[in-house]
Amino acid sequence: MSKVKNAIELESAVVKFVGDSGDGMQLVGTLFADTTAYDGNDLATFPDYPAEIRPPQNTIVGVSGFQVHFGSKKILTFGEKLDLLVALNPASLKANLKWTKADTVILVDVDAFDESALEKSGYSSNPLTDGSLKGRKLIQVPVTTLIKEKTASLGIDNKTALRTRNMLMLGLALRVFNKRTDYCERYIDKKFGNKGNVAELNKMILKVGYDYFDKLPSEEKISFYVAQAKLEKGKYRNINGNTATAWGLIAAAERANLQLYLGSYPITPATEILMELAKHKSLGVKVVQAEDEIAGITSAIGASFAGALAATSTSGPGLSLKSEALGLAVMLELPLVVVNVQRGGPSTGLPTKSEQADLVQALYGRNGEAPMLIMAADSPADCFYSAFMAAKLSVEHMTPCILLTDGSLGNGSELFKIPDVNTMPEIKPPYAQPNTQYQPYERNPETLARYWAIPGTEGLRHRIGGLEKENITGIVSTDPDNHELMVKLRAEKVQRIANYIPDQEVFGEQEGDLLVVSWGGTKGVIRESVIEMQKEGKKVSHAHFRYIMPLPKNTQQIFSKFKKIIVCELNSGQFVGYLRATLPQFKYDQANKVQSLPFFIDELKEKYYKLLEE
Amino acid sequence: MSPIINSIERSNVELTKEDFVSGLPVKWCPGCGAHAILAAVENVFPKIGYKKENFTIVSGIGCSSRFPYYVNTYGFHGIHGRAHAIATGVKVANPKLSVWIATGDGDSMAIGGNHFIHIIRRNVDVNIILFNNMIYGLTKGQYSPTTPMGSVTKTSPYGTIEHPFNTGELVMGAQGTFFARVPDNNVKLMTEVLFEAAKHDGTSVVEVFQNCVIFNDKVHAQITSKEYKDENQVILKNGEPIIFGANKDKGIRLNGTRLEVVKIGEKGVTEEDLLVHDQYQQDPGIHLMLAKMGPPHFPVAMGVIRSAMYPTYDDLVEMQIEEAKKTSKIKCVNDLLNSGDTFEIS
Ligand SMILES: Cc1ncc(C[n+]2csc(CCOP(=O)(O)OP(=O)(O)O)c2C)c(N)n1
Ligand code: SF4
Repeated sequence: MSKVKNAIELESAVVKFVGDSGDGMQLVGTLFADTTAYDGNDLATFPDYPAEIRPPQNTIVGVSGFQVHFGSKKILTFGEKLDLLVALNPASLKANLKWTKADTVILVDVDAFDESALEKSGYSSNPLTDGSLKGRKLIQVPVTTLIKEKTASLGIDNKTALRTRNMLMLGLALRVFNKRTDYCERYIDKKFGNKGNVAELNKMILKVGYDYFDKLPSEEKISFYVAQAKLEKGKYRNINGNTATAWGLIAAAERANLQLYLGSYPITPATEILMELAKHKSLGVKVVQAEDEIAGITSAIGASFAGALAATSTSGPGLSLKSEALGLAVMLELPLVVVNVQRGGPSTGLPTKSEQADLVQALYGRNGEAPMLIMAADSPADCFYSAFMAAKLSVEHMTPCILLTDGSLGNGSELFKIPDVNTMPEIKPPYAQPNTQYQPYERNPETLARYWAIPGTEGLRHRIGGLEKENITGIVSTDPDNHELMVKLRAEKVQRIANYIPDQEVFGEQEGDLLVVSWGGTKGVIRESVIEMQKEGKKVSHAHFRYIMPLPKNTQQIFSKFKKIIVCELNSGQFVGYLRATLPQFKYDQANKVQSLPFFIDELKEKYYKLLEE
Repeated sequence: MSPIINSIERSNVELTKEDFVSGLPVKWCPGCGAHAILAAVENVFPKIGYKKENFTIVSGIGCSSRFPYYVNTYGFHGIHGRAHAIATGVKVANPKLSVWIATGDGDSMAIGGNHFIHIIRRNVDVNIILFNNMIYGLTKGQYSPTTPMGSVTKTSPYGTIEHPFNTGELVMGAQGTFFARVPDNNVKLMTEVLFEAAKHDGTSVVEVFQNCVIFNDKVHAQITSKEYKDENQVILKNGEPIIFGANKDKGIRLNGTRLEVVKIGEKGVTEEDLLVHDQYQQDPGIHLMLAKMGPPHFPVAMGVIRSAMYPTYDDLVEMQIEEAKKTSKIKCVNDLLNSGDTFEIS
């Protein structure tokens, strides 16, 4: 029985706002998402926007969208098929029809479907009238007309008034889902409060949309209800992965009692980390927007030498530029967190699209043998904890570290239960003690980490650099045996981190017919696919890896308990290649997709079924 | 904003040259100009008066960049061209250090050109010693961005067809606040100039005309050698008229918008007519003209050419942080996580 009269109750719903880039889709999408969060739904979001800043209007390439998946259950993905599509013009309808299903409710601005817009979007006839949408629950809203009517007597110019088209649709969408407008109104007041009557105008139009529902003919009055999620008690916020990454680094600096230093150069989709950290001077965060990515990372290495928790953020092509400096950091054995927000490649590739194809570069993209800690975050909120752990392990083990996230994690958001930072693990930098007989490459016997001597400290003057080091003394050495020893020590140090990371978990039975293996941003979709398999009675389990180099110690043991292993990744098989080299005793099947699109549950299940039947 | 000028803690004991000798064997070729630079640094560091632990030397790659190994300070031998970026991180993270950069003409002006102009533009408070031997030493004799046009080198068997940089011009083009030039065979002048560089708040660039005996021997000889130095060098002294020549009878005069060489006593020219050097003036116009002087019509200017006051990047960073700490409600990460739109689930 539904909790709202005449409303259809859904366990979860997927809503997408689409329009021209510049129509304010990101704003209303975010507002809708935040409203559901505020209402106690669990959620995940995904903004999807074109690479151009102002692409031609009414064209498919110019469509900007924002998708929200929310529910009364734990939400693991940003959703596939839509329950509600809000389309502000023909192009956005056309581009998104493939995500609709038979009973998707589609709200369109009927006023925007004029001949020229239809033509530019490649429609030869009007989809609203030619019967091609038959079966879909189409609601045609005369958005422009309504706004003009409402604002005619107020002396507001048309251009300003029509900028609120997004608000009208937001109001109506909220009403369709039986959500209130108060959260959005408060936001509008905060954002536009000091801009004359802009706030009032936006709130008024939001209400027009909200009330328009009552004017709909009864067969179009479709409304949904999604109950509150049974979330753990506590304080929450909606957070995107890039913000979470930035905050995780700040939290680590606080727990380590270190100053945070970021040297970075803007690049989509990683720039937000740089912008976010630049805001937090009050927490002592030092941010240098460098002249290029090489300066970004090398200045961070300098800062690390000088005693800061140093980080650099980038995306694919930027990581390529940083390669030489990564090798330097390996040689110096200094802490350094490198965040790579992956995008579609190679080269500048698909800047606004997401992919998982930089793993090989992260693992091996350096001259010589230069292993370092490699981690991958698995959800927007997890970016907080992954960044924190990356920093902790990097500092405590004196090794640079690459943290892989990706565009959909960075831009996507989900609910984040706010932790008490004071209860997070402490971070203990392995400082060298002042006035001791300091040898730069003497190591802690357990971790093999060398000790960190901060310039300015009495009695610890020393010199390090990128040339091969003599063991213990750190003096430049070309001795062949010493070189081999040092190569082994550096590798062993990274391997020993396995003693300090949690065991790999398996979701589901600990043994069975099929183990689905994944890493990084695909966790949610793959988990959903595995849950469905389990519900269908199959002995399928899921192992999602956050630690890649080194692998958790029990990896081999886990793999040995399954008849088959399938490794799923959004690339041609990079993790599986690494697993084949590292644990060659197993046979691995693979599921790969390189379209800069996420996996879909059905395509994964199809693969699993095929394997189970073989 | 309240001014907090980064101050470096001073030594409470008198330091000597021995405090800065690392004891590692110095591996430059015998006769290399770099030896003189090392001697000047060992002379000047104890005089600067900072605690010995507060010196850090950063370098890139090249013969010159081996420098940190030979001085007993905190030291960082980096990668080719990146010393300036590394040093920026060192100084910004830890402004209480006296940061020195040892670099070559290839290191700073070819592969590291970008970082070189940007550290200068930002005016990070570091001291750059630029070993200019007008050649790539470590890779054995290829031309560099300062190699004179037409030079035959290993990679220019027909002579270079590239216009060289004039270091001073580049520094001033990047809005440099301190530029000095010295020949490697005048350790006394080098020591004085390095001391002034240390005193200067901001990026100090000290260009040393360094001889590479192996791959570019005597490239500076027309200016630095005994027989030419009096006529082809002028050593600038702040507040004094610009005079040179074996007989101290030549000078530099400003004629309209240009500099010219004049002879004192000829055509009614007296010392009063000469340009008086003002290294502290903000306007870089005359400094630029002085930096560009050179044969055949002019002597090369040595000594401190420019030393203008300007806020440093690292001071401004600290000031913004102090201000933000005073005014922001966010004092710790818990404040940050709980700021803005949050909601409670009970
Ligand atoms: C990335 C990179 N490219 C090239 C080199 C090779 N390399 C080392 S030193 C050098 C030139 C050094 O010339 P300069 O900076 O003038 O220094 P000098 O040796 O003359 O003191 C080059 C090209 C390198 N080490 N790293
Ligand atoms: S090659 Fe030239 S620059 Fe290098 S050490 Fe020898 S003389 Fe000095």
